[in-house]
Amino acid sequence: MSGQVLPRPAMSGADRRPISLHVGVLALLFGLQFVLPAYDHTNMARIMILASYAMGYNLLLGYTGLMSLGHAMFFAAGLYGAGLAAYYLGFDPLSAFLAGTIAGVGLSVAVGLVALRTGGVSFMIVTLMFAQACFLLTLYFNEITQGDQGIVLDLSAWSWDLGGEEGPLGLISPPIRYNLALLLFTLCLLAIFFLMRSRIGRVLIAIRENEPRVTMLGYHSFRYKLGALTLSGTMSAAAGATYALLFSYVGSTFAGIQYSILPLLWVLLGGQGTILGPLLGTALMFYLVDISSEYTSSYMLIVGVALVLLVLWFPKGILGSLRQRWLPWLP
Amino acid sequence: MSLGPHLLLAFLEGTVSAFVLALTALGLSLVFGVMRIVNVAHGEFFMLGAVLAYGFSSLVPGLPALGFLLALILSPLVVGAIAWGADRLVLSRLNYNPEATIVATIGMLYIIQQLVLTFYGPDAHPVQPPINFRILFPWFGYSGYKLVVVAAAAALLLLTWYLLMRTHIGLVMRATQLDRETALNFGIPVARVYSMIFALGAMLAAVAGVLIVPIQQAHYLMGLDPLLLSFITVIIGGLGSLRGTLIAAFVIGLSDGMISVFFSGTLSKIIATLLVALVLVFRPAGLFAQSAR
Amino acid sequence: MAAVTASEGALLATRGLSRRFGGLRAVDGVDLTVARGEIRAVIGPNGAGKTTLVSMICGRIPVSAGEIRFEGEDITALRPWSRVERGIAYTFQITSIFQNLTCFDNVALAAQRGLPCRGGDAELARKVERTLARVGLEGRGSALASTLPYGHQRLLELAIGLALEPKLLILDEPTQGLSEEEIVGFCALVREIATEATVLLIEHNMPVVMDLAHLVTVMDNGRILAEGTPEEIRANPEVQRAYLGT
Repeated sequence: MSGQVLPRPAMSGADRRPISLHVGVLALLFGLQFVLPAYDHTNMARIMILASYAMGYNLLLGYTGLMSLGHAMFFAAGLYGAGLAAYYLGFDPLSAFLAGTIAGVGLSVAVGLVALRTGGVSFMIVTLMFAQACFLLTLYFNEITQGDQGIVLDLSAWSWDLGGEEGPLGLISPPIRYNLALLLFTLCLLAIFFLMRSRIGRVLIAIRENEPRVTMLGYHSFRYKLGALTLSGTMSAAAGATYALLFSYVGSTFAGIQYSILPLLWVLLGGQGTILGPLLGTALMFYLVDISSEYTSSYMLIVGVALVLLVLWFPKGILGSLRQRWLPWLP
Repeated sequence: MSLGPHLLLAFLEGTVSAFVLALTALGLSLVFGVMRIVNVAHGEFFMLGAVLAYGFSSLVPGLPALGFLLALILSPLVVGAIAWGADRLVLSRLNYNPEATIVATIGMLYIIQQLVLTFYGPDAHPVQPPINFRILFPWFGYSGYKLVVVAAAAALLLLTWYLLMRTHIGLVMRATQLDRETALNFGIPVARVYSMIFALGAMLAAVAGVLIVPIQQAHYLMGLDPLLLSFITVIIGGLGSLRGTLIAAFVIGLSDGMISVFFSGTLSKIIATLLVALVLVFRPAGLFAQSAR
Repeated sequence: MAAVTASEGALLATRGLSRRFGGLRAVDGVDLTVARGEIRAVIGPNGAGKTTLVSMICGRIPVSAGEIRFEGEDITALRPWSRVERGIAYTFQITSIFQNLTCFDNVALAAQRGLPCRGGDAELARKVERTLARVGLEGRGSALASTLPYGHQRLLELAIGLALEPKLLILDEPTQGLSEEEIVGFCALVREIATEATVLLIEHNMPVVMDLAHLVTVMDNGRILAEGTPEEIRANPEVQRAYLGT
């Protein structure tokens, strides 16, 4: 009998279901690219990258129980790390991606060492403040970052000849873009999936449930929280780096408070502490805003109302409630 | 203008900022001190006060003094009512859980901001000050209204102090802050007290917004800076300490006002936000906090 | 009153251990020595400082004065997790298990520490099942901790302590809430545990103390009032005066 690291009773013989579910979802995502119209094709690529960001956020919030209000700084670290490296230093896409991700690692550790000395509300405010400082830094160094206006990247120099009729495909061509986004999503998904089934994952969940007890079990809880924050920030940065490279744009808005609140919303909506919750929440919110923007331009109103309703009536989100009522095996 | 007069000007500006900040931050501090929640939408109450002031004063065009008086009385009342409603409908249902409250007030921030954007528009609109006179210093002229602001704010701070310290309602509020359980046992309607406090906090912010609007135009995004400054003030003064909040408000308001005469905004904001974070991490009781709550 | 001599071979030795909360001296200059293999009971009226004392020993709360030596090493400044690593385990007076996790996960958290990472899930599962069976929760692995009746939650608390494979197991009022039958089983279990570990037991249940303890330490007002065998303590007039009801 395996010990499932889930806050639900593990049912014997249910081992196959989580794996089949996730493989199924990945296969579905892969297959979608062949049937989606062009507009949705691009949207799905965007959604998968943002969902990776959300999964990184979920690792910290849903599994470790720490709510950060400043994750935009990690996303932006990746975004600017990759974008500026490509723009000013002529890095190729892979190196730029690595540059962005490493920037994320560095920032996560630095922030974590300081911010993790606090918890709860203080932690929220501290992360918010650090993120705000980072946002202001992107504005302050206007000459390099072009602030709000941002930088449009020209990555057409890199292309690959896949033998198709259109000749070499660049980064922003739909098939490459979609599949690279899917690759990022898959890697993040697998990382979380295996982490949360491991012993480390068990400790993280325990920290969420009852941190003082965890220290009394012999775990140096600060180190675990730092590890979780670092992985969470790195994942967010990887998403940011991918976004910069696949959508060829780097700008201050992505470092703003909004991009710290959005992953919170996506995770709450989809279900915190579930693996597929972030994807569901991101996709739903994306299309909700998309559809409503045909009628009104006040999409922040929807975000606000959604947040209030979620926190009042559906704190577990969609998959969380589903898991509680009907599907206890849902990871 | 040489340095001396420049400093005087900076000092005057700083004083105005300090008093307005004191009002705003006091509202935030009161809410945190009694209810132990952080209201991220606090800046929006400030903004609503300003925007409603514009609305009320445009009801009587050509009579700026009357319009302003109307605004001064009605705006806080409307904002107080909105805050009361928000508390009854949302915050009390969350049992004032700290994290859930922050998420909910973030939602409220977006809702209020968007609604104002929709109905008021994206532009900034000016409001006429009720009195228009200039005080003539040897080196520069200074808007007399700004000194009226200082006087009005001081009066309101005293009024609030009186309300909290000398009235029955104030006593009830302070009792609830000190020990919620005992207050309940004494038959104090804690839920209603909480709503009152939340409304009072919002009204203080709103009145600050009304006072500031003839100086600084009403704009739907104007709540963010006061929010940040109030946060800084409350945290540095010590979460839950009213006295600390007031002291910090004057220190920060003066320095912010003075700095903004000499330097640009972004760098000082960066330093300010980092300072708040570091104080919270290393000195969670604040720099001026009293040992008792 | 038999004197308990502090020896070099003692497992646990505190010297002048004190804890002050403002003006209140919760624990005042306690010299406690526990030998390897002992079952030591600490008794005393409510507010005597028993839980505060053991909380300092396991690292939950900091020390105001004095020192603690475990196996000869000064552990006074060590953080809780380091003390667990050295072999001190504490079970909480107010049950502090992970309510939303399964019994399996509760015990696994403690058990997995000792096992190498590559040890494999099978070995971990075996260890967990063994521990659960030992306390009488056999087969309850997949049950959510919160669904257990209170007595079983106390047993789970004990299982978690056991899974840490401690040298010193500190039990804080472990029989509280257990039925008579469960208490009998508990006593048998503690005797079994004492063959491999030293047990420090805070208890109000006098029959259990008389039955299990090799030595009893009586605390009152933060100080040690008396120490001796259960019979000596029962006959001690000062103890009777301070702590009515034997």
